[in-house]
Amino acid sequence: MLRRTILKTAAAIALAANMGNVVGAELAGSVNYIIPFGPGGESDISARFQQPFFKEKFKQDLVISYQPGGGGAVGWASLNGLSGNGQTIMGVNLPHIVIKPAQKDVGFTTADLNTFYMFHYTPDAIVVTADSPYQTLDDLIADAKANPGEVTMSGSGKASANHLAQIKFDKLAGILTTYVPFKGTGAAVTALLGKQTKAEWGYTTVGAKQGDAVRMLAVAMDERHPLFPDVPTFKELGYDMTGGAYRGIALPNTADAATTRMWSDMIGEINSDEAFRQQMLDGGFAMLDVGIDDMADFMAARVEEYLDDARKAGLIK
Amino acid sequence: MQVRLYSRFAGRHRGEFALELSQFLAAITPFNIALALFGVVAGTVVGSIPGLTATMALAVLVPVTFSMEPASALILLGAIYTGAIYGGAYAAILLNTPGTPSAIATTFDGYPMAKRGDGDLAVAIACFASVFGGLVGALSLLLLAPPLSKVALAFGPVEYFWLSIFGLSLIASLSNGNLVKGLTGGAFGMLLSTVGVAEISADIRLTFGSQTMIGGFGVVGALIGLYCIPVLIDLVAVPDRHLKVEENVKSVRIGDAFRLTLRSKFNLIRSSVIGTLVGILPGAGGSVAGLVAYSEAKRTAKPDQNFGEGEPDGIMATESANSATVGGGFIPTLVLGIPGTPPDAIVLGALLVQGVRTGPAMFTQSGSIVYTFIYGLLIATILMLPAGLLIGRYAYKSIVTIPKAVLVPAVGFMTIIGTFSIRNSVSDVIIMLCLGVFGWVVARFGFAASPIVLGLILGPIAEQGFVQGWTIGAATNNLFGMFFGRPISQGILLFTLITLVLPLYLARKKRKAAMEAK
Repeated sequence: MLRRTILKTAAAIALAANMGNVVGAELAGSVNYIIPFGPGGESDISARFQQPFFKEKFKQDLVISYQPGGGGAVGWASLNGLSGNGQTIMGVNLPHIVIKPAQKDVGFTTADLNTFYMFHYTPDAIVVTADSPYQTLDDLIADAKANPGEVTMSGSGKASANHLAQIKFDKLAGILTTYVPFKGTGAAVTALLGKQTKAEWGYTTVGAKQGDAVRMLAVAMDERHPLFPDVPTFKELGYDMTGGAYRGIALPNTADAATTRMWSDMIGEINSDEAFRQQMLDGGFAMLDVGIDDMADFMAARVEEYLDDARKAGLIK
Repeated sequence: MQVRLYSRFAGRHRGEFALELSQFLAAITPFNIALALFGVVAGTVVGSIPGLTATMALAVLVPVTFSMEPASALILLGAIYTGAIYGGAYAAILLNTPGTPSAIATTFDGYPMAKRGDGDLAVAIACFASVFGGLVGALSLLLLAPPLSKVALAFGPVEYFWLSIFGLSLIASLSNGNLVKGLTGGAFGMLLSTVGVAEISADIRLTFGSQTMIGGFGVVGALIGLYCIPVLIDLVAVPDRHLKVEENVKSVRIGDAFRLTLRSKFNLIRSSVIGTLVGILPGAGGSVAGLVAYSEAKRTAKPDQNFGEGEPDGIMATESANSATVGGGFIPTLVLGIPGTPPDAIVLGALLVQGVRTGPAMFTQSGSIVYTFIYGLLIATILMLPAGLLIGRYAYKSIVTIPKAVLVPAVGFMTIIGTFSIRNSVSDVIIMLCLGVFGWVVARFGFAASPIVLGLILGPIAEQGFVQGWTIGAATNNLFGMFFGRPISQGILLFTLITLVLPLYLARKKRKAAMEAK
């Protein structure tokens, strides 16, 4: 807490210094906000939530466009070729930006991306249908122990947050489940609701969206999600598992320090708006406030964690 | 009426009827009607330009709708979507280039009709069929949404696998007498679809180390390249006019079109039902719906119908089916919170921002907004009739009268801008141009573009379904039952066999009859 206060003060001083020297960066019209995925996913929904707040606070339009391809790689590989004047920003996702470049040359590295703010995450969760025989996490574990490999779990993509969570939890609980990758969370949820699989590795957002149709067995958070006071955390149940898919925003790396600072402050301002936070929480998201000053530490910790997990899982060498 | 009572009013009291009326009245305010009209016109224009998609138009317009009432916002978005699906038919008929992937099968008969001078008739038929299909889709959404949404859940990985195989079987009936070449094209298309980062396994395949190929071959870019570029090359290579024009152009052939459409009411109904059902399946979409409906229309064709050579029923099947997917796609979107298509996903996002909770609780909690939206969609579909006929007439006249020296550069410019705008990628433009030249060259040897595109669209659906089905089947030690034991799979498999075997059987019977006659 103290560290954060000091950092924040330092940031404020740095900002003031910037304002003094450089002519403070300014928006010169509407902003192009690129989502490197198709519409409808968590990246898109959270960007849509930001849109009206941005317009209200900074009087400019945030124009969202989609550049899907290569699981986000097409967009991120093109980011640094775009203008760094502050009028173009792009969504970034963890663990994608760590795992993809570690697997193969995809035209960018994690360090290439000028990520200036991580604004939320969707905590991992095990989801089952409302009429599933699994009432608790123990029921699922018992079934998986009795029938190794026969508990099928849908999830979004391979080498993704869902997949890493499945591998990690299988190890922690000493069980063997079968992960079935689908194209995006929507398809994974459809498979769950249609009983094609017995459970889903999803996020708290699935619980928020599907309401009474599903039940979450546990969530990977430090404390329970305010929207789901009855759903235990993995930690409570004795499995040391927190995390999920983290989302943030990056600028092209040609953007100068003042522009990057301005953006970090703007997204931070939206993130501190109570109405925005409430809307995100109601959607099942969990808030995160990592601005430009804390980014290096945050990223370093994540990179280490993800690479370690992925290596143990045999997803990368 | 029975069904209506069952699905909408079971267990509710009579006050609901008054609410019903008020929702309908809320939908027909002058402002909402104006929005619907604007949406349909804007959507039609966007859809008619290859490369510009409904998804793009909706993404740009969503912020505009934040300041509106939720229902008005939805009506505008729904109207644009409906218009865009219809607009795709113009370029398909007049330029042999599907404006949207949904209009692929429209080119099969639309362009031959336009070539022989019936372009205006084809455009009008497309409009009637679209309105009919759109109404069937929207009415299904209004009356049968909760029970129909179960279709989306009944379709598992294996069903998608067989559905894509069924779609691929269309190649056999498309490549009249050229089965080997058709299958080669289809296989090539499937191979192209595996280039880039694999959708579910995240492997990077067949890029040969090139960054250009990492995004793979996009469907829209491939459509523009494979369909439009060969037409442009041919236009430059031959001195004839682009489309044949009758000396005395009967500028309005709405009457003819209406009579023809009315005559094929069975085809229209069947295709619209197919479109609605396929629309409900997330991940299938308008292109698959159009192709399946076309295939069924062709399979049940009368002896005097020549599908592929300008048969009006081909256009009707495709256009009614793809328009029906609009209403059909909203069924899982609204009932289950699972978007059927990318435009549905954007509408879902807009709803969330408006504070409307989607998913199972939506029909009960936000019922008034949902029903006002559905009525708005119906009104927009009806408005498409006058708007579509007027725009269609104008589009036809301008394409026919513009001299070739202007048409070719204008369309050429459009293809490049359109392809670039999909994801602001120069790689996509290069891939599009290469595919175009490739398509023109192989066409000289009798390889058509459609099997390649079919392979490109259906390849990933087949691959994903197969991998997922195999994973689940292997995990539960029931591979055979997984692929062959599920009733819906068996049904699709049966249809596939009929589609493949029936033409061979009929041809043999014909030959035999001819022999005996001799």
